[in-house]
Amino acid sequence: MTTTPAPERAETEAMIAEVLSQYPAKAAKFRAKHIKSNDPEGSKECEVKSNIKSRPGVMTIRGCAYAGSKGVVWGPVKDMVTISHGPVGCGQYSWATRRNYAHGHLGVDNFTAMQITTDFQEKDIVFGGDTKLETVLDEIVGLFPLAKGISIQSECPIGLIGDDIEAVAKKSAKKNDIPIIPVRCEGFRGVSQSLGHHIANDAVRDHVLGTGSGTFEQTDYDVALIGDYNIGGDAWASRRILEEMGLRVIAQWSGDGTINEMKSTHLSKLNLIHCYRSMNYICTTMEERFGTPWTEFNFFGPTKIISSMRKIAEFFDDEIKAKTEAAIARYQVRFDEITKAFRPRLEGKRVMLAVGGLRPRHTIGAYEDLGMEVVGTGYEFAHKDDYTRTYAMLKEGTVLYDDPTAFELEEFAKFLKPDLMGAGVKEKYVFHKMGIPFRQMHSWDYSGPYHGVDGFAVFARDMDIAINSPAWDLLEAPWSKAGEVS
Amino acid sequence: MTTTPENSSEVPLRVLDHNDIFRDEVYQKQFEGKREFEDAAPKEEVQRVLDWTRGWEYREKNFAREGLTVNPAKACQPLGAVLAALGFEGTMPLVHGSQGCVAYFRSHFARHFKEPVPAASTSMTEDAAVFGGINNLVEAMENISALYKPKHIAVSTTCMAEVIGEDLFAYIGAAREQGVIAEDFPVSYAHTPSFVGSHITGYDVMLKGILEMLAKSPDADASKVTKSDRPRLNVIPGFDTYVGNHREYRRILELMGVDPLILGDHSSSLDSPAEGEYFLYPGGTPLADGAQAKFSRASLILQQTSLHRTTEYIQKDWKQETVVLETPLGVKGTDAFLTEVARVAEVSVPTELTVERGRLVDAITDSHAYVHGKRVAIAGDPDLVIALTRFVLELGMIPVHIVSTNADSTFKARMEKVLSASKFGSEATVWPEKDLWHLRSLVFTEPVDLLIGSMQLKYISREAKVPLVRVGFPIFDRHHLHRFPIIGYAGGLHLLTQLVNTILDEMDREAPDHSFDAVR
Repeated sequence: MTTTPAPERAETEAMIAEVLSQYPAKAAKFRAKHIKSNDPEGSKECEVKSNIKSRPGVMTIRGCAYAGSKGVVWGPVKDMVTISHGPVGCGQYSWATRRNYAHGHLGVDNFTAMQITTDFQEKDIVFGGDTKLETVLDEIVGLFPLAKGISIQSECPIGLIGDDIEAVAKKSAKKNDIPIIPVRCEGFRGVSQSLGHHIANDAVRDHVLGTGSGTFEQTDYDVALIGDYNIGGDAWASRRILEEMGLRVIAQWSGDGTINEMKSTHLSKLNLIHCYRSMNYICTTMEERFGTPWTEFNFFGPTKIISSMRKIAEFFDDEIKAKTEAAIARYQVRFDEITKAFRPRLEGKRVMLAVGGLRPRHTIGAYEDLGMEVVGTGYEFAHKDDYTRTYAMLKEGTVLYDDPTAFELEEFAKFLKPDLMGAGVKEKYVFHKMGIPFRQMHSWDYSGPYHGVDGFAVFARDMDIAINSPAWDLLEAPWSKAGEVS
Repeated sequence: MTTTPENSSEVPLRVLDHNDIFRDEVYQKQFEGKREFEDAAPKEEVQRVLDWTRGWEYREKNFAREGLTVNPAKACQPLGAVLAALGFEGTMPLVHGSQGCVAYFRSHFARHFKEPVPAASTSMTEDAAVFGGINNLVEAMENISALYKPKHIAVSTTCMAEVIGEDLFAYIGAAREQGVIAEDFPVSYAHTPSFVGSHITGYDVMLKGILEMLAKSPDADASKVTKSDRPRLNVIPGFDTYVGNHREYRRILELMGVDPLILGDHSSSLDSPAEGEYFLYPGGTPLADGAQAKFSRASLILQQTSLHRTTEYIQKDWKQETVVLETPLGVKGTDAFLTEVARVAEVSVPTELTVERGRLVDAITDSHAYVHGKRVAIAGDPDLVIALTRFVLELGMIPVHIVSTNADSTFKARMEKVLSASKFGSEATVWPEKDLWHLRSLVFTEPVDLLIGSMQLKYISREAKVPLVRVGFPIFDRHHLHRFPIIGYAGGLHLLTQLVNTILDEMDREAPDHSFDAVR
């Protein structure tokens, strides 16, 4: 595998110009604002514009508000039934594919990996779907008696046909004595998944937050784990660290989470947020409403894990700090074992990323711990505050692309020749054809966890599997090599 | 300890992932401790409800559902439209409406085919919901043309566009007028509302839209048809996610001396080689061939429900013979197919195929004792389920529960015909428009030995401890099954192999030591 140095800023700018030149003038003008050669200082001229509409037809990798609300925030809450309200497709395509692990028996006390829908037909569009929704809510209560709540995730037609899901939810909640949360996350709202996160957070705020009195005795060490969706068990690996620091996690949002935890989160002494993009809203709300402080952390890779642990421990007393240092000392042995095994195999390898709203920056440290370098990165649905958190983490001249198109990713990869590409399943097989090792960085490519100490071992192993597979040596047929006739 | 050193240099450290890591005592304690905050139901209560959901009382309650759908075995129209489009050369599927839909279609197919799936969206948002999406469609055409240089754009719609009543015909005209695409640039379209029918409906109307457009194109000229001494037959597989089937249809017809024209041939576009370079459009039915399909001697329609609009169109506009058959699975299904091909094309069935038939029959005689009398549940798209039922009946299996969420009104009668033709068909109950949560009740109250259907049945399979033979769509969790045919005699052999070995695997797994036989 060849390893060429990262291009300088001018070289990157030339590459960007070359790629943009292929666009029609209007689209080129728009896209130019979203692709920059990095300035670690975050200068105005290198500022990446974000959270703006995708251009039609460019093959954006983005999804929609429904995906952000149902798929990300609400779907993982295991003891609530999530209704995909509208036609059958949305719920079908998002059925169990995010890998939000949860304990419990499917269909009995765990409703995560299920596709529960009102399956709109033409008559529901013409006459409205409120009657059907009412019936469906009654049927859910009858068939799933251990469900602790129901959320109604609106698909596109709901907001267009003028249904009053709020009224139906209110009436049915009273009748059935169960929380029913209407969520206006129609797919056409906003520009990406991101507005769906926000809408979902607002629905939590309006219907769930602070409604519980806690089913437990409080302690000074109670924290909440926010913005961890337990993909491949991430939240469990993170929780392990927090518990070994002496903290008590009273709520998980929302991977393997429950409505009771969400209702009681205001009792937390400190909110710890991993995915800032999808859940900063609720943290801010809790700060305003309950005075709960919150802090961001990063549990990808040794460097970030250790600095995050110390940062979190700062909020607590010496006992926690001592436990934290003791845990770090234990973890260091594991970290050394993992990096000793994998770093020699990954040293100097160059990575391109295109992921959601957190990982394009949060995984940089983990790659660096393995001696790898991120040579291009970008977000699917980030905002300005994500980019300001990113510039300083990258070298001068690293290409940053916001809402990259299929065309751009392919072209940048041809130019940068990365040793590894990390993006989603839509992108994966393009790079396989090109002979570029690939890992899905949304679903962990059906592996995981990647968070925490245990997760770092899996992360390192998986990057090694991708890059050092003998499969990449097989692409060329022996008779295809020009001028090499034996 | 969650890791143990290993000697091999290529596996420098044995790392445990989610499959094993959480078995560790530390995690088990964590999970137990978390229950305090969950306000979870007591374990005995969960067990009580679980047992109840598996009984007859629950089954009746479950079947009394009027509005609720749980785990349906169907998707929505534009998904099918995208597949139809990908079956044609140089074609970019463009879905008019919200962009999230296209992200879902691309992911859904990528997970099944393990292939890149190009498709674009017009990315309509709130303003387009109010003012209409004409500008979105025009700009999409412009951007697609510049970046992805297709030979043809196939436009379908999401429910958003349908609810607000978008006029594709007018919008495509506007794109031409504004010069973002040439006057003669091929664009086909179909309205594919998600709240009508399912993915198979979308496949049907998009295919019809493409064929209608091509049939009016300059290539649709009888004098341009390449002269061949072999009779040309159109083969229309329908919403068929087996790239191996498309290749098998071609192979069979070529062996019979027929010139096959497969309409919607995605066997190259969704199964391209890894050679170091990515091609956006690696295959598909050539557009010129599609245009000339109306001059073929006949069309073989191999999915009745999934193709009924296309069939009507061909019958009406092409004035061509249409041979509508159940999908040719198994011996008799393939026999009927070859017989019809031989009749229409005025060719005879070559020895090679007769020998292949004999090999399949031979394999069935080898395996019959293990499949005979096995009770099965089958679920999936209606045409596939009918064909599969006919095949398992040939094997002496007993279909018990037959579920098709997206079946239409013809389903029951067609299924009765298949079932009544065999003595093994008398126990079957046929469940059109039911979902997989209904199937769960059926399987728990009236157990079966084997499930046949998509990977979406895996939850029932695990819970009811009934092995699943994965056939149909989607199959996300097993690799490469779709690369092999299930149609024809060769496909029958693949299916039989899967069926009998699944039964034998289960037998070995469950066997007491004395019965763990070396020879089966």
